[in-house]
Amino acid sequence: MDRVTMADGAGGVSTQRLIDSLFAKYLGNDYLSQMEDATRVPGGAELALTTDSFVVTPIEFPGGNIGRLSVCGTVNDVLMSGAKPRYLTAGWILEEGLALSVLESCVRAMAETAKEAGVFVVAGDTKVIENRSGKEPGIMINTAGCGVFDEKHRPVSADLVKEGDVILLSGNLGDHHAALLGKRMGIENDIVSDNAPLSQMVEALEQAGVALHEMRDVTRGGLATVLNEFAESTGKTFVLSEEALPVSPAVRSFAGILGLDPLYMGNEGKMVCIVDAKDGDRALQILQGSRYGENAAAIGTVTKAEGGRPGVVLATKVGGRRILGPLYGEGLPRIC
Amino acid sequence: MTRRDEILDFLGHYDGPEVRIMEVCGTHTAQIVRTGIPSLLSPKIHLISGPGCPVCVTVTDYIDRLVELSLAPGSTVYAFGDLLRVRGSRYSLSEAKSLGGQVRMVYAPADLLMYAEREPDVCHIFAAVGFETTVPVYADLIQEAKRRGLANVKLLTSLKTMPGIVRWLCRENEKAAPDKKVTGFLAPGHVCAAAGYRDYEPIAEAFQLPFIVAGFSADLLLAAIYGLVREQGRGVVRNFYPQAVTRDGNPAVRAAVQEMFSPCDAAWRGFGTVPGTGLCLRPAFASFDAGSEGLTRDHVAGGCRCADVLMGRISSRECPLFGKICTPENPQGACMVSQEGSCFNHFQEGVPY
Repeated sequence: MDRVTMADGAGGVSTQRLIDSLFAKYLGNDYLSQMEDATRVPGGAELALTTDSFVVTPIEFPGGNIGRLSVCGTVNDVLMSGAKPRYLTAGWILEEGLALSVLESCVRAMAETAKEAGVFVVAGDTKVIENRSGKEPGIMINTAGCGVFDEKHRPVSADLVKEGDVILLSGNLGDHHAALLGKRMGIENDIVSDNAPLSQMVEALEQAGVALHEMRDVTRGGLATVLNEFAESTGKTFVLSEEALPVSPAVRSFAGILGLDPLYMGNEGKMVCIVDAKDGDRALQILQGSRYGENAAAIGTVTKAEGGRPGVVLATKVGGRRILGPLYGEGLPRIC
Repeated sequence: MTRRDEILDFLGHYDGPEVRIMEVCGTHTAQIVRTGIPSLLSPKIHLISGPGCPVCVTVTDYIDRLVELSLAPGSTVYAFGDLLRVRGSRYSLSEAKSLGGQVRMVYAPADLLMYAEREPDVCHIFAAVGFETTVPVYADLIQEAKRRGLANVKLLTSLKTMPGIVRWLCRENEKAAPDKKVTGFLAPGHVCAAAGYRDYEPIAEAFQLPFIVAGFSADLLLAAIYGLVREQGRGVVRNFYPQAVTRDGNPAVRAAVQEMFSPCDAAWRGFGTVPGTGLCLRPAFASFDAGSEGLTRDHVAGGCRCADVLMGRISSRECPLFGKICTPENPQGACMVSQEGSCFNHFQEGVPY
């Protein structure tokens, strides 16, 4: 049988076979192989916990698949708290009729990405449901992540952000969003998703002792929405330079055709961080020297809220000022 | 000083009589906001977003009909993204979808053909809204459906043409208070690329207002605004976008549109029915029409002043609903729905113009 059946989720021999032949094979480690109802792991004084569900269609897209994505999203969320990610759990929901070859490539991608990110998948679950949509059978994955704080890995927080801080962006905007949309629309181009774990670059910043004040990965809602959250939580104004914003030419033209704004497009392997001005240049060099950080840029500074109203302002190329609000609705393409 | 610096210097320090420029193209509205141009203009120069966003001028009768079709067994409605969020007298298409309505958001009308072949027993209806720029796309869709022998493809049309409504606006403009009068138009670059700009010449002449055909980059827009300030009080049409626009437009596109569509009266949100400002399918193509005639009523939310906004009588902020009960998350009027809508842009960007 080369497809997932309802029996594979029934908890019996078939389920065990699926676990052994795929999940344990690729994801196995000393923790997972305890095979108990819950896994015992070494912890730390203070932990960071997060969870995220992945329901992306298509499940395989240029530059990645849902297995890789489900690690990146959760690992990056743990990283952004300042903690060092250690463990993941993975709940897989498979639709009946899913090709095992597709499942295998997603499990393998999860394993490879977890290894790259330096985390162990320590617990998991598999369920099979009927294919209710009548379309290609899909996969949904929930991952939970656990990280630990220690001397080198300290919490970031909005309270640390002050006027004069530098805003750094780790790379080009909009790649994941454009890759997914392009695939759904059947458009041929070179755009690939940027889905990636940011462990290496964050670790490098932390090891170098950079004064990191706040971090956030740039996902749904895009950079403008993330910075609006920062404006709200810090009470400051974030001023960006349009000239400095990194966007690849392919994504720029794709977004232009659809009337999308890269400032509101999602990524899955980019972060924005707020660092002390004294560390700005050094932090930028570290980012640019890190894996996935070659297009990193200093994109703006934190200033006092004008008239007591915090917000996000873009200094445009022609010298204009544009106030960037958060994303409303679904970021739908406009009409003409 | 570069040319751009000279223009910026002039526009930033202008201290003559008040200039009120209307743009009638949604892409111009979006670009003006994106480039921050209003922040570069002297307080004596005002930019007003006219009825250039096809979603913003759609009446509730039309949305209601789409909702009805989406909920009827055996039909599926296709629409561009923005239209999904516009509320009819009761529901938006987005809400109809959550009630079980068959609605698909597409990026190109041609996507519909694939579904039409796959699901032959279903009637596939495209919500055909738009101006001269979008009409050729619908013409192509119908030609292709005809070629493939697909009888289950239809359009529900709410198509508008620009020159007629601009003439109507100019007539209304004569009645406006002196400090609310529009004194010049940025003519729509995309519309003119398809349809040309000769139709604006008699309007400019009759009302002694300048029109400048403008492109879409910050520099092209600034140049056009500069031109309009210079030409105040003169009934002229100037083409500042010769890269894409000629006086007669694109003859092939014009012919394709004329073959399939004929001028008709059109219902505009807030303006009522304006004779000769729409396009509908010719009788020879009536079998492709999903019942577009007579959708003219417009149930506007109490207090919504979309119409005054689109005529430049008030700014979005002067509408009593703006930002209070009318927000992008809960839009009462269509101007708050579309990314090209005046109210949406004011809310999103906080632009003070």
